[in-house]
Parts: sequence; C-alpha cells; structure tokens
Amino acid sequence: MTRGGPEAPVLAVAGLAKAFGGVAAVAEVSFAVARGEMLALIGPNGAGKSTCFNILSGQIRPDRGAVYLNGESVTGLSSRAIWRRGVGRTFQITATFASMTVRENVQMALISHHRRVWRFLRPARHYFAAEADALLAPVGMQDQAERAAGELAYGDLKRLELAIALANAPRLLLMDEPTAGMAPAERGGLMALTRRLASERAIAVLFTEHDMDVVFGVADRILVLDRGRLIAAGSGAEIRANPEVRAVYLGSGATSGGH
Amino acid sequence: MNKISLSRRALLAAGTAALAAPRLARADTNAPIRIGEINSYSAIPAFTLPYRNGWQLALEHVNAAGGVGGRKLEVISRDDAGKPQDAVRLAGELIESDKVDLLAGGFLSNVGLALSDFSAQKQVIYIAGEPLTDALVWQNGQKFCYRLRPSTYVQAAILVEEAVKLPAKRWVSVAPNYEYGQSAVKWFSELLKARRPDVEFVAAQWPALGHIDAGAVAEALASAKPEAIYNVTFGPDLTNFVRQGNTRGLFEGRSVVSLLTGEPEYLDPLGDETPSGWIVTGYPWASLDTPAHAAFRAAYQKKFNDYPRMGSVVGYSLIHAIAAGIGRAGGMTPDQLASGFAGAAFETPFGPALFRPLDHQSTLGTFLGKTALKDGKGVMVDWRYVDGASVMPPDEAVRKLRPGAG
Amino acid sequence: MVGGGQLLLSLLTGLADAAGLFFVASGLTVIFGVTRVVNFAHGSLTMLGAYCGWSLISRLPPTPLGFALGTLATMVLLAVIGAGLEIGLLRRVYRAPELFQLLATFGVVLMTQDIVQWLWGVEDLALRRPPWLRAFVRLGGARFPRFDLIVIALFPLVFLLLWLVFTRTRWGRLVRAATEDREMVAALGVDQRLLFTSVFALGAALAGLGGVLMLPDASANLGMDLTTVTDAFVVVVVGGLGSLPGAAAASLLIGLLQAFGIMLVPRATLALVFVVMAVVLVLRPNGLLGRPPGRGGVLGEVRALVRPAPHVLRWLGLAALILAALAPLLLGPYALAVGTEMLIAMLFAASLHFMMGPGGMVSFGHAAWFGIGAYASAFAVHLLAAPMPVGLLLAPLAAGLIAALFGAFVVRLSGVYLAMLTLAFAQITWAIAFQWVDLTGGDNGILGVWPARLVAGPRGFYWLALTLAVAGTLGLRAVLAAPFGYTLRGGRDSRVRAEAIGLPVTAIQLTAFALSAAAAGLAGGLYAYAKGSVFPTYISLGHSVDALLMVLLGGVATMSGPILGALAYTGLYDVLLSATSLWRLALGAAIIVLVLAAPEGIAGGALKLWQRRRPA
Repeated sequence: MTRGGPEAPVLAVAGLAKAFGGVAAVAEVSFAVARGEMLALIGPNGAGKSTCFNILSGQIRPDRGAVYLNGESVTGLSSRAIWRRGVGRTFQITATFASMTVRENVQMALISHHRRVWRFLRPARHYFAAEADALLAPVGMQDQAERAAGELAYGDLKRLELAIALANAPRLLLMDEPTAGMAPAERGGLMALTRRLASERAIAVLFTEHDMDVVFGVADRILVLDRGRLIAAGSGAEIRANPEVRAVYLGSGATSGGH
Repeated sequence: MNKISLSRRALLAAGTAALAAPRLARADTNAPIRIGEINSYSAIPAFTLPYRNGWQLALEHVNAAGGVGGRKLEVISRDDAGKPQDAVRLAGELIESDKVDLLAGGFLSNVGLALSDFSAQKQVIYIAGEPLTDALVWQNGQKFCYRLRPSTYVQAAILVEEAVKLPAKRWVSVAPNYEYGQSAVKWFSELLKARRPDVEFVAAQWPALGHIDAGAVAEALASAKPEAIYNVTFGPDLTNFVRQGNTRGLFEGRSVVSLLTGEPEYLDPLGDETPSGWIVTGYPWASLDTPAHAAFRAAYQKKFNDYPRMGSVVGYSLIHAIAAGIGRAGGMTPDQLASGFAGAAFETPFGPALFRPLDHQSTLGTFLGKTALKDGKGVMVDWRYVDGASVMPPDEAVRKLRPGAG
Repeated sequence: MVGGGQLLLSLLTGLADAAGLFFVASGLTVIFGVTRVVNFAHGSLTMLGAYCGWSLISRLPPTPLGFALGTLATMVLLAVIGAGLEIGLLRRVYRAPELFQLLATFGVVLMTQDIVQWLWGVEDLALRRPPWLRAFVRLGGARFPRFDLIVIALFPLVFLLLWLVFTRTRWGRLVRAATEDREMVAALGVDQRLLFTSVFALGAALAGLGGVLMLPDASANLGMDLTTVTDAFVVVVVGGLGSLPGAAAASLLIGLLQAFGIMLVPRATLALVFVVMAVVLVLRPNGLLGRPPGRGGVLGEVRALVRPAPHVLRWLGLAALILAALAPLLLGPYALAVGTEMLIAMLFAASLHFMMGPGGMVSFGHAAWFGIGAYASAFAVHLLAAPMPVGLLLAPLAAGLIAALFGAFVVRLSGVYLAMLTLAFAQITWAIAFQWVDLTGGDNGILGVWPARLVAGPRGFYWLALTLAVAGTLGLRAVLAAPFGYTLRGGRDSRVRAEAIGLPVTAIQLTAFALSAAAAGLAGGLYAYAKGSVFPTYISLGHSVDALLMVLLGGVATMSGPILGALAYTGLYDVLLSATSLWRLALGAAIIVLVLAAPEGIAGGALKLWQRRRPA
C-alpha cells in the first residue's frame, strides 16, 4: 500500500508495540515527522527510546504496528533495506570504521549507496573521493580527511558519523543521543550544524537526547515517552507546561503539588 | 598408474644422467660413502632413538672392519618431525647439498612411501628400515627401493601360524583406525579364514590412533562374547587397553593374539600388568642367545649402557644390509646399486637375511612366542624365529601385487 | 541386543570418560573466562601433571593415602608452574591482541615437549598399580574398575567444590565478576594481576589433577599434550567458553556419546566428537551454556590504520620479485625446492590472513582448505587422469565451493567459537583422509601426483609456483584494497555501522571465506604437485597451527605481515629442524622471544621502527 504524494510525512509510525519477556518496551506509539522537521524523542531511562529507535532502523522487529517511509511500509525490514530507502543513522556510542581514514569512512557509505560493493580489483580509494570530501566539508571535517577514524576526538567522531549518515542523500536522519559524551560547548555547534543541514536538504530528523538545553534549543517538536507509552507531544513550551511530563521528570511529588 | 610412472621415468632419465655424473666421478676416490638417513626422531623418540643407537653401533663395526671396498661409510642423519612432506624436502637437501650416495631410514609408513616415490623420481637408492606398509614393496614397489623389516603382511602371517592352532571360532579384533591397523586386520582375517573356514570375526573395534577409549572398547569387545581377540593397538593405546582389559577380566578365558606386542618398545611399558599367554610377535632380547645376537647385545650394552630394543636391531641391520648391497654392486651408479641390492645377503642379530630380487623385501623375520610375567616385567617365552621368506605369498601372487615386478 | 546390564556398564564407562574430560576442561574454561587466554599449553600442563604425578606417586607408599597425597602434591606443583607461566610470560603479553597469547602458549607447547623428554626420557611411563587400583566391582556378571567409580565420584565433588569457591568466597566472586566484565573489576581497584595469577594457578592445578587421574588407566607419554588439549577445547567450546556448568554438561554429553558411539559407529569415534561440536555450534552459537562474547573479538582491538604500501616498500617488493624470478639461474635444485615451499607457504599464510586480519574471522583449521585442494589435485590425477592444469584448477574450486557451503554456518559465529567450528571441520576432514583408507589411501596418502613435463624440473616448477603464488597473494591484496575488501574490513571494524550504511556484511564474509579457502586450496594443489604426493598430515592440526603462526608472527595488521611471517617461519623451521635435535625447544623459544619483543608481529614491529625514524 502506498500513500504517496508530496504531503505524506517522511516518517509515519502507527501503533508500534514491542514487548520483551512480557514487559512492554514500546506500546501503541504513533507519530510522524515531516520534511525538514527536527523531532526530539525524550523520556527517562527505560522509557523505550532505544527500542523505538532500533525498530525504526530495522534492528528489531515490532510485535505490532507499522512504520511508513514516505508512505511506503518498511515494517520489519532489515537495517540494510531501510538504509537503502534513505534513512541515515548515528549511534549513541559512535560506530565508525577505525582502521580506515575519515575520508574512507565516508567513501564506504558512498560505495554502498552507489552499489559498488562487489568490486574486486580497482582500489577503493579511487571511488567517490571527491564526493566524500564534499560531504566532509559541511561538517567541518575536510582538514582531517586523511586521519584514522580510530584516533579522532569524540566530537569529531560524531561529526564524521553525521557525514556518513548524509552519504545516501537521506530523507530521514535517526540520531541516537547525538551529543552524548561531548563537551557542553561542542553540543550546540553540532546541533546547529544538524539544524542547518536538515533545512538546507529538507531532511527530517528524529533524535533522542538527554541534554534538555539541546532538546529545547533545536527541536521543532518534542515527543515524550514513559514506560513505552507516548505521554505527550508538542512544542517546547507545550511540553514544559505539560503536568504529566513534569510528573515523570520531577517525580510523583510534583503532581501532588507537595510544596 | 603404471603408465604414469613409466612416462615419468622416461622423462626424468635425461635429467638424472647429469645428476649421476658427479657421483660416478667421486666413486674412484677413497672418500667415504655417504648415506643420507631420515627418521622421525622428535616425533617417535621411543622407537627411533634406540634405532639411532643401533645404526651408530653398526657404523662403528663396519668402519672398524675397513668399510666397504676400502671406503668408509658415513651417515648424515635428519629428523623429519613425523611429516612425509618434510622427509621429501630433507631428502632433496641430502642429495644435493650433502651429496649422499643413497637414502635410508623411515619409521612411519607414509614417510617410507614418500621417500620411495622420491627415490624413484630422482633415481636414487632408498633402503627403508622400519616402515611396515605392504604398499612399499607391493603396490608402490619400484626399482630403487628395498625394505628391511618384515611387512604388515609378514607380521600378520607369522601370527596366523599360531592362531590356526587355537580352538577359538568366534574372533573379535581391535586395531587403530588407519592404514596399518586396517591392513593388519585384513591380512590376519583373510589368512586365518583361508586355513580355518570355521572361524568368524563377530565384532571389530577401531579406536582412533592415540585416542583409545579403552574402557568402552573393552566393554564393546566383551559384549560380542568372543573366544579369541586379535589386537593391533600399540604404544599408549595398548597400555590403556591392557589395563582396562585386565581389570574388567576381558582376557580371562580367552585367547589373545597380538601384533608386535612382544617388542620391548611396547612390552616394557606394560610392566607387571603384562598379560600372560598372549601370542605375539616380538623380540626376546634377554633370552635370545645365538652367537650373533649375544655379540650384538654385549656390544650394545657396553656402548649405550642400555639393552637393545627392536629399533636397535633394525638400525644395526640396516647398516649391514647397506654395506652388503654396496659391496655387491659393481659401482656407485643407481642402476649398479639397484642390481647390487637385489639378492644381497647380510648378517643381522636375528641371523642371515637377504633382499628378495622378486619384490625387494628382505627375508628378515621376527620372533613368534608368548608373553609371560617375570620379576614384575613382561617377557617373551616359548619363542621361535620365523623367517620372513617362509610366510611370503607365492611368487605368482606377489607378481600380481607388485605391478612393476618382473 | 543391548541388555540392561550392558547399558549400565556403558553408562558408567561414559561417566568415567566424562569425569576425565571435566577435570582438564574445567581448568581451561576458568582460565579463559577470566584472562581470555586461549591456553594452547593446557594439554602440556596436563602432560606435566601426569609425569610429575608419576614421579611423586611412584615414590610414595602404594596406598590410597599415598595416591591422594601424591595427587595433591602434583596439583600444588602444577599450580606453582602455572603461576610461574603467568607471571613470567603471559602477564607480559596481556596488552597484546588476544591471539598473541595463543602464540605464546604454543611456544610453551613446543618447549615443554623437549623439556619433558629431557627430564623423563622417551618411554611411556605407566604407574605400577597396587591391588587397590586394580580392584573392581561386579555389576550383573561384568566387572567394572573401582578406580573408575572413584573418578566418577570425584566429578560432582570437584564440580561442587569449584562451584562453592566461585559462589561463596570473595575471591570466587571477584573471579566471576572479572569473567563478566574485566574493565569493571579493574575500575573497582581489584589487583587484577594477583587475580589472574591465582586463576592461572588454579587452572593449572586442575590440569594436573586431570593428568594424575589418567595414570591408573593409562600412562604418561609424550603425545598426551596434543590429544588432551583438543578434547579439552571441544568440551570448553561445546559447554560455552568460561562456563563451569557448561564444561560439566559438555563433558557428560561427549563422554557418554563416546561410550555409546563406540557400540554404534566404532569407525567414526574420532569424527563423532567434532561432529557433535559442529552441531552444537550451529544450533547454539555460544555453546550450551555460554553467553554471547562481549566487545572485541579474539583479535582484540587491533584497529591500526591500513595504508597502501609506501613507495619504498613497493620498490623493495618489486626488487624482491625480480630477484625471486632470477633465482633459478643462481640456485641449485634443493634451494629451489625450498623456495617453492616458501612461496606456497606465503600463499597459504596470505589466504589465512585474508579472512583473519581484514575479515576478523580467525581459523584454527585453515589446513582443511589446503588439504582439500591437495586431495582434489590428487584425485584429478588418479581418478580422472586429468592433466596438471585441470588439477590446479580443481584445487581452488573444490576448496572454495566446499567452503561456500560450510561457510554459511561459520559466518554466523564469531571469535573463538568461529575458530573452533573451523577446527571441527578440519578435524573431520582429517579423520576422513586418515581413516577412509579405500578412498584416500589413509596415512599412506596418494602418490604419483607429479607435475606436467613442461614444469617437471625444479626450475620449471619453481617458476610455476612463483607465478601462481605471487599472483594469488597479489590478487588477495588487490581484493583487500578494492571495495569488497574494504567492506570486509568494515564489517570487522563495526558490524553495526556497516549494516547501518547498507553493507551486506554476511554475504561479503561468506564470499571472503570461500575466496580464502580457494586460495589455500590453490596452495594445497601446488604443494601436491611439488611433493608428488598428498598425505593427511597436510590437514593436521599442526599444519593449521603453522598457518596461524606464520600470520601472527608476521603481524595481522599489515598486509605484508603474512608474507614476511611465512618466509621467516618456514626458514626458521627448516634451519632449526636440520640444525638441532632440540628444534622444538629452539623454535618455541624463538616464538616466545618474538612475541615478547614484537607483539605486533615482524611486519608490525618493522613498521613501528620505520615510523619512529620518520615521524609523520
């Protein structure tokens, strides 16, 4: 079933549910992300953010519900297949190819995108070098293109991951804790960069984040998960004002108005 | 197969003519005759170290007596680490770098076969000492290879001489699962059944070499309710099997016929657990008092402060066999040597033997007897020497088995 | 056919076997669990236990008390030896990638063989059994050794004791914590060095116990190190690495299967054990009770940047190639035969490095592919009467195709489990070559596999080997530099990342496995024609270890490592084998020195020196 058309959201999630050993990790979650929109997914530890992310990127199959990319169902497809449909991903703990240079890391994504993996003779370094540099430039990594990814500073790794995620000209970017482990000063820079790229390239961004300054600073909309359920959705101001969210984050004392 | 080896020989003839030339030139001098010797010294030291003592002793004797045709013998020895592929490489080194006149040695059958194949290709004489496989002189027999020790067939055939006299009809066998074990069982059962049609083999156990699960093997054999057991295991497997068999009473009230078990290498580790009354082939070193053996034993004990093992006899006889073969050859070319060895007679501690022109197998035999316990050690009693020539198949049959014989 | 009494006897026999397996394997699994050392020398410790036990018990009164005292003393002695080994050697290489510790322990295996032979001589030493050791009980008309009943009783006793130590003592809790998360325990300020040393001592003591308890049924002999270590590895892997209950369960499974298997398939007992291991690994990739391995494979975190060879090295390589091509004009036939072997070893090592280095798939059974190639060529000659080019074509094809089928199971696993599945396959292949005499000629091999006329001389064949080995090695290098090879390396560096950018990691790994096997098969085919014969020794564990040694000695992280490693190892081996009867001692010592001096391997060490001289 295709519900195409320009107005279809980039990502639409309907009634997603996943339980582990009888415990619901994600229950009846539905939302959508539009082109160029930055949507933050927040919630306390164990709220189901990671499960949600892993379902969207194809690492876990949901028990129920459906995931649509540009109107097309991708429910239960593998991470490879989902990437092929234009979804880039960064990881909470960065995952790059440590034995390759920064440029080669991006070249690998380009080689995959252009379906040149099964090539056995011509050296890989000749494939898409210029295109890789063109992706490294906007994230500010072109100066370090020759360095080994294994020896990069953490913030640089995050930026490299962003460049890799952009290699298949994605329509959706999934970023799991993009600023985790970064110095506070760096965080704003990375998210501003993401914001700029998202609007320039009309990419929808879904991210999870612990740093509330980052969340409220860049997100267009915010979703709040608690114990697998979506308890609130809206703009930063709306979320701040939501009593249920306050209860989750500040503890039960807040709702009973203890002060 | 025949065709392949023929064309190979034809093709190599030109190459070897050049190789043989320097050897011819050196034959005129009084330089020592060099024997390139290869054996599995590090892999199977229990057998090969006494063997080395044996050939060292013989070397002394031959050279003290003036050598062969006025030339001394010299042995250049190499360790093949138990690998045929290394043996072949070392053979190449011995021929080219050390300029040896002939090759000798080998304990493992595969090393012997590899060296024989190599010797055919390079047209160099190879005198195999210990390898037992029949293929060495039969299926894969070739002009340049002679073998000293009685083969698997001969050993099995010698045992059959006594086995036929047993009343037992229900037999079981236990043998290590590889070529040696399989042919030892095949020959024994064929030869026994030919003379005793009433005999049947009701069960067979094939433990992996060095991996015997002796308790389970003993159990499995016992459950077949045999009257007699034919054993081919040796070394650590045999010790293990005998101990489990003794405790479980496997051998009680049953005849046991066992290949090679009377050789000190395999009998000694059994110690005070040596079962009595097993019919075995072997080497009764302590009680064999023929003049030839007594002299050999005395010289050996004097030099090495140890008693001789089966390997010592093989090593000792090997050098004498080589000396005899060279002495009969008119010169040192491979062809002259090959005809020199055919029919060459030589002395061994067991008595005289010769290389049969028919299949290049020596007529060296072995001792057939019974095991017994004496002062807490295993010994052979009631033994007699069985000459290898006496149990060989008829010449016609050998010609069929050896494609190259003629 | 099989009555109840028979069943009981087989059951008891199997239990006794299982107990013997457990004593040795429990030590191995405890050591692996905590230190992550793949201790190849564990069989050597067992052998030392048997010999020390023989020496001690022979001097004690032949009573149960004397036996027990001797056993305990042996365990203490072995604990001291184990601790010494850990402090003197392994502690110095913990920082090196994990497989280098395997290399070091293999050096220990070689040295121990010569040391034991020197100390105790060459003859099998069987312990004189006093009457109480020969005693038996009657079970339904049959006799069963009483000592085996004692061994069976010791099985749960030792297990329970170990279990109590691990669950009820502070030390045991630390050990278990270290098994789960080494870094965490270190972060908590526990003295890891002491912990590792004590664990190694305990493991060695258990190996000693296993060795001593073999004495009443068997003998102390020079071959028992390798026979016990393969069995122990199988048990540990089937049970799940590091899991004590797993080792107990696997011992039971294998011990009982052996005892009953002998009744049903007496010819296939050797293969049976490995078939069981393969089946378990296919069904449960982490063994019966094992857990998925944590971060980092057996190769640890070697993730050095791989660069194209510097220009100097390229010129050096070209010069070496030209020199190698001219060699037949300068050298005699023997030197050329050695050169041919070195070239084949180079291709063999390069093929293992291909899957092990960039592929991250370590193989303990790479000789299987070499052997399949060699036997394919031999069958081509003997069964098809095919000319040499066909034989040389069939060799890589057969190895590659079989690997492609078998590889589907392999690439699902990782780390030591993957390595052990390859070992299982190699051992089954070896058992077929060794035991199926009608097909393969058994250990007598297949003779008369001589090359075609054109290349029959040493020069001609050398040139042929040079062409094919260099083409194969350079071909593998080219593939590694191409997108395919990069993808393979990407899957090793970070499987998550590779899949997140759509790379077909599993398909690439399977193809790489088959390619690696095909290259090893080509090496095997060449070797068959070079030697004129094939033997099961080509497939033996020793030959697989040779390949591992070549790759590790050369260095995993650099592309030139396997080439240097192959040349250095074959050269060293040839020289030592001809030069000294103590070649195992010398080779083992040389390996240990190299491991300590250059944990990155020869090529890695050279690269480091080079970089130090020329700062980037």
